[in-house]
Amino acid sequence: MSSETGIGASVRRKEDKRFLTGKGRYLDDINRPGQAYGVFLRSPHAFAKIKSIDTAEAGKAPGVVAIYTGADLAADGIGGLICGWAITSKDGEPHKAPAHPAIAVDTVRHVGDQVAFVIADSLAEAKDAAELIEVDYEELTPVVSGADALASGAPQVHDDVPGNLCYDWELGDQAAVDAAFAAAAHVTKMDIYNNRLVPNAMEPRAAIGDFDSGTDEIVLYTTSQNPHVARLVLSAFVGIAPEHKLRVIAPDVGGGFGSKIFIYAEETVCAWAARKIDRPVKWTAERSESFLSDAHGRDHHTTAELAMDANGKFLGLRVNTVANMGAYLSTFATSVPSYLYATLLAGQYTTPAIYANVKAVFTNTAPVDAYRGAGRPEATYVVERMVERAARDLGISPVELRKRNFIAPDAYPYETPVIMTYDSGNYPLNMDTALKLIDYDGYAARKAESESRGKKRGIGFSSFIEACGIAPSAAVGSLGAGVGLWESAQVRFNPTGGVTVFTGSHSHGQGHETTFAQLITEHLGVPIENVEISHGDTGKVPFGMGTYGSRSLAVGGSAIMRAVDKIVEKGKKVAAHLMEASVEDIEHANGVFKVAGTDKQVTMAEVAFAAYVPHNYPPDLEPGMDETAFYDPTNFTFPAGTHIAEVEIDPETGVVEVVDWAASDDFGNVINPMIVEGQIHGGVAQGIGQALLENAVYDSETGQLLTGSYMDYTMPRADDFPSLKVETTNTPCPGNPLGVKGCGEAGAIAAPAALMNAITDALGVEIDMPATREKVWRAAQTVQQAAE
Amino acid sequence: MPNVSMTVNGKAVSAEVEPRTLLVQFLREKLSLTGTHVGCDTSQCGACVVHINGKSVKACTTLALQNEGAEVTTIEGLAQNGEMHPMQAAFKEHHGLQCGFCTPGMVMSAIDLVKTHPNPDEKTIREGLEGNICRCTGYQNIVKAVKTAADNMGG
Repeated sequence: MSSETGIGASVRRKEDKRFLTGKGRYLDDINRPGQAYGVFLRSPHAFAKIKSIDTAEAGKAPGVVAIYTGADLAADGIGGLICGWAITSKDGEPHKAPAHPAIAVDTVRHVGDQVAFVIADSLAEAKDAAELIEVDYEELTPVVSGADALASGAPQVHDDVPGNLCYDWELGDQAAVDAAFAAAAHVTKMDIYNNRLVPNAMEPRAAIGDFDSGTDEIVLYTTSQNPHVARLVLSAFVGIAPEHKLRVIAPDVGGGFGSKIFIYAEETVCAWAARKIDRPVKWTAERSESFLSDAHGRDHHTTAELAMDANGKFLGLRVNTVANMGAYLSTFATSVPSYLYATLLAGQYTTPAIYANVKAVFTNTAPVDAYRGAGRPEATYVVERMVERAARDLGISPVELRKRNFIAPDAYPYETPVIMTYDSGNYPLNMDTALKLIDYDGYAARKAESESRGKKRGIGFSSFIEACGIAPSAAVGSLGAGVGLWESAQVRFNPTGGVTVFTGSHSHGQGHETTFAQLITEHLGVPIENVEISHGDTGKVPFGMGTYGSRSLAVGGSAIMRAVDKIVEKGKKVAAHLMEASVEDIEHANGVFKVAGTDKQVTMAEVAFAAYVPHNYPPDLEPGMDETAFYDPTNFTFPAGTHIAEVEIDPETGVVEVVDWAASDDFGNVINPMIVEGQIHGGVAQGIGQALLENAVYDSETGQLLTGSYMDYTMPRADDFPSLKVETTNTPCPGNPLGVKGCGEAGAIAAPAALMNAITDALGVEIDMPATREKVWRAAQTVQQAAE
Repeated sequence: MPNVSMTVNGKAVSAEVEPRTLLVQFLREKLSLTGTHVGCDTSQCGACVVHINGKSVKACTTLALQNEGAEVTTIEGLAQNGEMHPMQAAFKEHHGLQCGFCTPGMVMSAIDLVKTHPNPDEKTIREGLEGNICRCTGYQNIVKAVKTAADNMGG
């Protein structure tokens, strides 16, 4: 560490003051002059034909400015919402991409589907008017589970998608896997359900469309993790406005977890409607709307088989997954259960042959897309429950079985059978570190003590891997991605020495304003209080691809480093001129330029001043100290680690107490340990939530969302957790200039398998997530009765 | 429309409101005190917690009109002369916030918790914050912050 505010320091966050004093500026805190308010009338049915919509009465209600339906959008040539990742089925057919209108045209396909948009002078008036719209529905029989949707005779969610099959995709060498199974001494098989989750960022989604008829520009304020991507999609595909006439601003955003990546119907309609009525239009979701209309996560039904030799060495893995896509394809939905999932099925192991088949299906439920981890938690959950189960089947310790199959620390770069090349790692070290943290040696005594009190104690492991820092543009392009996944940064010195960094990454809790500033302080010697990080506004930031897939530091931070390199390069020329030396003799470190072998030096601040007041300046050099860089990664990064959960179960009540948690994660180099640890806490909390509490449940007959509020969907609260023991190991990533790997999703990827492995260890039987008290109690009672 | 008067962050305020106006709407829309947030519609999340006559209350559970003559403190009223309240300072010191959306409600609840339990242990803090949902932090650093603040508040 070069200083107390440079790389490696737990710098307290620069952004905190405004959040702690009530001065954060979230979307609903913003109001535009003359603003009207929009409310969506949503479908109460899971599946129905719209026979007619009568807005006559509603249109006469007080304060109503306009009422729009899907027909109005279509009449203006506003295209539907798109899915930006093309997947090819195993028969060579492209995935089915049925129309996804921002407001339903003739059919509603899930509860909460948009039916009409009512704009009024006040929110109350808009709500009152929406109540007066008469919609004549012809109800149809819905289908809500992925498996049911594939059954013959199932209701058809889209007329142009036979059998509800979006794609039938495969990865890996099926023949090699078949051969591995033929040679196996033992096969472990499991049916595994990865439950559907509602992301539940605490700030509900919101948008304001604001049109300037003088300039023809639309400004869209939206709760987005990637405002530039929103601008690109809304211009190029939806046709809201040309890209240079559309400015997208994502101000302070109150959490995302993936759910605010996507380009949604509501912001599309607000941007369009603002021009129609020539007034700003604001929409803010109520929490119940968030439940119905935010893209959900997970919802995989999987059958997995693991072939092993007599020593427990993994020979082959076969995975069949049905992924529920919901009623329409959200922005990146197709990539999640395919390339973000099956490519990680090797886990941390040397399994030589892997084959995955994924069927993505449409149902009458909310669209499903990336949620913290996106495909990678589903992969880790399959692999790690299988490995734990295999250890139980074989009577080998789960620690030992993992160690027998770990990729060795000297085996990198390591090519897996599912098209990934792991760049670095030390999996045994993470396991050993976590074992120490949890005091594994003392576990047997703790278990005996629990038993003496009539409690069942269990311990569970999860050695996860993820591919993040998404991603080399050419690589993802070859796999079907419709966009490049680089990042941009602009580092601008001001004449008086302060620095503003414009980044295409977007912070919605991750602390970029601090971490990115630490990079500038470390490398350019600028006091951290003189560094400002600007993000979230396409009118300010050159360009960007946003924040998801734990990419901000590995890709966005690397782009900043590239811009820093350019600043240094130019600074050397200025410094050489100022000190009357040749450029080759100038050395730079930490914001000081020196003439090699002399005591002559100038500071970065002096150089920047000279660049803006070029009275004594190299004649062939542009003035100014302001550099922009784009960075496209050369590979994914591969954070990995081991998490160990310890639980105590009361068999009489089914209450699961998470009594201890140890996490050892390899994130490569760490810029701000405090922030990294916070990311682990939050990720693990979401993973524990998934395993223990959370479940999005649709009624199988009516298609109603039964868990549509905080009264029904169990959000994890402070008293659901122990204090976690978190350590990091640091094998630098060789693929980016910072040597960093990405830490945002790791906890959510690792945690569910660790916790379920601990719970099923305690119970002695397998159960699916979430391990609710009722489910655990029933399992405990069944085991007890069988023993009696 | 009826009129309501109260003291908010030490200042007398008075305004006409629709009878159905919730206190949180009154604060956000009439007084532009947007630090108090709305995170749900079932009084579960706690993002809107303020102090009414010194006690923490979810501002979505009370109508503006019910608070005639009340003393209301919001997150904006905590810092004094540019100095953050010890609870705010402890949240910063221990990284007790990430996206910041639940933070105002969390801080207001935590201050009342420490008032009621001047020397809280971890269990008391975790149970005491049960009415506030945070999706980012996993609560661990919030618990640490509240403990530190309790010490610094002279508990």
